[in-house]
Amino acid sequence: MRIHFKTGYGQDIRLFEDSREAVQNALLILAAVSAPWWLDEYMLGEVTYVLIWILAGLGLMILAGHTGQPSLGHGAFLACGAYMEVILLEAGVPFVLSLPLAGLFAGVVGAVVAIPALRMSGIYLAIATLAFGIMTEDIIILLTPWTGGIEGVFTPTISLLGIEIDRYGDPDRFYWLCLFVVILITVGYKNILRSPTGRAFTAIRDSEVSARAMGVNVARMKTLAFGLSCFVTGLAGALLAHYLTAFNYEAFLILISIQLLLMVTVGGLGSIHGAYYGAIVIGLLPVVIATLRQEISDFLGAGNSSVPGMETAIFAVIIVAFIIYEPLGIYGRWTKIRIWLELFPLARKDMFRRQKSYLKTERMK
Amino acid sequence: MSLLSVRDLSISFGGVKAVDNVSFDVEPGEVFTIVGPNGAGKSTIFNLISRIYDPSSGSISFDGQDITRSRADEIAPLGIARTFQNIELFEHSTVMHNLLVGQHSRRTTSWLSDALFLPATRREEHNMREKAEQVIDFLDLQPYRDKLIAGLPYGVRKVVEIARGLASDPRLLLLDEPASGLSVEETQDMAFWIEDMQKDLGITILMVEHDMSLVNQVSDRVLALADGRSLAFGTAEEVQSHPDVIAAYLGVEEDA
Amino acid sequence: MDFLQLLVGGIANGCVYGLVALGFVLIYKATEAVNFAHGDIMMLGAFVALTFVNHEWMGLPFWLGLILSVIVMGVFCYLLEVVVIRQLFGQPQFSVVVLTIALGFVLRFFAGVIWGHEPQSLETPMAGKTMNFGDIVLGYDEAFVIIATIILAGGLYLFFARTRLGVAMQAASQNQLAAYYMGIPVKRISSLIWAVAGMTAAVAGTLFASKGSIDPSLGLLGIKAFAAAVIGGFGSLPGAIFGGLIIGIVEPMAQAYAPPGYSQIAPYAIMLLVLVFRPNGLFAQIQQKKV
Repeated sequence: MRIHFKTGYGQDIRLFEDSREAVQNALLILAAVSAPWWLDEYMLGEVTYVLIWILAGLGLMILAGHTGQPSLGHGAFLACGAYMEVILLEAGVPFVLSLPLAGLFAGVVGAVVAIPALRMSGIYLAIATLAFGIMTEDIIILLTPWTGGIEGVFTPTISLLGIEIDRYGDPDRFYWLCLFVVILITVGYKNILRSPTGRAFTAIRDSEVSARAMGVNVARMKTLAFGLSCFVTGLAGALLAHYLTAFNYEAFLILISIQLLLMVTVGGLGSIHGAYYGAIVIGLLPVVIATLRQEISDFLGAGNSSVPGMETAIFAVIIVAFIIYEPLGIYGRWTKIRIWLELFPLARKDMFRRQKSYLKTERMK
Repeated sequence: MSLLSVRDLSISFGGVKAVDNVSFDVEPGEVFTIVGPNGAGKSTIFNLISRIYDPSSGSISFDGQDITRSRADEIAPLGIARTFQNIELFEHSTVMHNLLVGQHSRRTTSWLSDALFLPATRREEHNMREKAEQVIDFLDLQPYRDKLIAGLPYGVRKVVEIARGLASDPRLLLLDEPASGLSVEETQDMAFWIEDMQKDLGITILMVEHDMSLVNQVSDRVLALADGRSLAFGTAEEVQSHPDVIAAYLGVEEDA
Repeated sequence: MDFLQLLVGGIANGCVYGLVALGFVLIYKATEAVNFAHGDIMMLGAFVALTFVNHEWMGLPFWLGLILSVIVMGVFCYLLEVVVIRQLFGQPQFSVVVLTIALGFVLRFFAGVIWGHEPQSLETPMAGKTMNFGDIVLGYDEAFVIIATIILAGGLYLFFARTRLGVAMQAASQNQLAAYYMGIPVKRISSLIWAVAGMTAAVAGTLFASKGSIDPSLGLLGIKAFAAAVIGGFGSLPGAIFGGLIIGIVEPMAQAYAPPGYSQIAPYAIMLLVLVFRPNGLFAQIQQKKV
């Protein structure tokens, strides 16, 4: 086990715990930046897609993982970002401005949605956001003049300070753009977590009463969490618009929202890593299933025809397994494996045993 | 002038008067204890002071400022910290993290400065950590500094909750049954800490407690409650020998 | 008269929503878990009934099929609780939410594999028969739905108010540990509650199938039932039925009177309005946590 001898307060607030972690992250970024040189075009496209999902997942993680406010309708904010991006670009706003503005729009919508959501908690919030997510597709169609409704819209090509970035024409540049945004947001996210704002978020998650007694303005902090979360997801939506190049309401069905939530749960709620792991699973799953497709079809006796909805079902089974056996997600499992290895051979068998707890009602009647 | 003054405070839940016309004043620097049987309304008074409940009548003022209608999160910045009867720590965080949240009411930076980790945030983080280390030293929590709350023994959690309160540099500390669930030794430690907080840090303490040994040891003045009404008031001995108090505890009929 | 005709159809639909909502509420009341897969369990119930009744499958009489479907779904949900849900005993509410969402996907997938994705309809003795009250036409199927709902709701009410088991179930929902100390077998009670909810869902599914065609995506109807449960207050059995009726009535009304495009969002919009102005539902049961 690594032991840190701390000699100053600065050591506690560094971005990385020690130099080893810093080097690891630097190597990771280096590998990511150089990806266009060692990945073929198809895989690069897939990785870009994973990056966009990571971004969307980071957004939801702020809200669901760190503030404890589950949202089952985050696809709505993805849509906000995507449509706003197209509208702004078509109005002639340069990309440097349109991207943050699209995110900002989603963030403002999120903060407005937060106002009624503040009065709800737990299950009511989940259901309200679910309803919001379901209504998204209908609202997109109602707003046809702006959203193109069923016909959909085409995303204009990005022109960033004179450089053309086309998703198909210049996949490398688009990949780097997405990577840059993801890294930027991740650093900002880490900064939030190591400062009073992030601590207030987790305080609200763990005990709202207590947070209030510590002087946390819960209403304002929740609104802020909603705003930041939707801003990040909105950014992901704007990038998604460019990734899809053409899309309509079907890109934002309720399934997307649910998939997003399942994704961060599998990755590990309450950790930045979780958003990454979850998105990687989502991104890789279709590839794995494509290779195993024949075997699974045979097993189910469905013959050669592909079974519709199989990807979702397999993903769902993975979720069930994780919820039951590893509620902390991939990140939690990874942490345990690492600790076990570091302590080897001293780890005890029931070191990670979950505490049994009885449920007490939150109802007073 | 008294630090905290409670006047004619009342609240009822579903027709039952949980607190009925209670008045008292807490003087600066003293340890003021509220005793009483279960259901006497002691914790309710705490929840009224920390503004979790709204009183149906009466007033609360702190340092001359009326706080009867303040929001719950406006209480901590005034210099009132509290602990909870059933421990409400942030379970999934470390002790250090809890102590840092305890200082939330002292924060000066905005979220934007936090997201960019500007020098102001960095400076504030340094100061908050320095304060947290002082509290850790004061309450001998060094071994648990980076441990998660979820894995700590009950007695330690009680101390951490007090530490979290202390981290905010309070002028008034509300302790809701600090000795409940503690062993004899732990209770003794608790008594010393309460005395230290009062004498060394100059913090005024308002406490609800059942354990009479602790009450006798640390309290300057004691208020006895039963069924939401105040029964007796005075030093620990005076209150304990008061016939009404004995009757309330032993359940003796008033005319017996 | 058009209005009254819509009202009758809405009430019949609302009864189905109400029954599904009842299932949510039952499970929520007893275990404080919210079963997002309940709509899919209803779908499963409908298909099981269809398998017993329809001629290309087993061709049993309708009433026998209904009873068998109720039994099968009761056993299925009991086992589901024992095998899967119980693993999460004492875990946060949110885990159960995610788990049941995922379970819903799995159920929908298997239903698709077994019964296919083509819409099918249940053969019932009520099909096509109507009675006339003045200008209003009431289908036998609609009458059946309304009557069955009243009977079932009444039965459940008596069960919870009068029987030992029902009272024990209520106790377990308040405080599991305390109930356990009082000698109530909390775990078995949870399983039984799931069974009861599954049986209710089977009835709701069969009722729905007797009025129209079903396919594996029927489970999404569960979300409307959710809206119903929320409007009712998520902890109140009469509230669930009432919420179901509101949703059921609003839907055809919005279709008839609101501008096109708005009718789909009407049920959710109403639910959101209720949540905004009465965050705990019209029949509030949940209050602030005590410290």
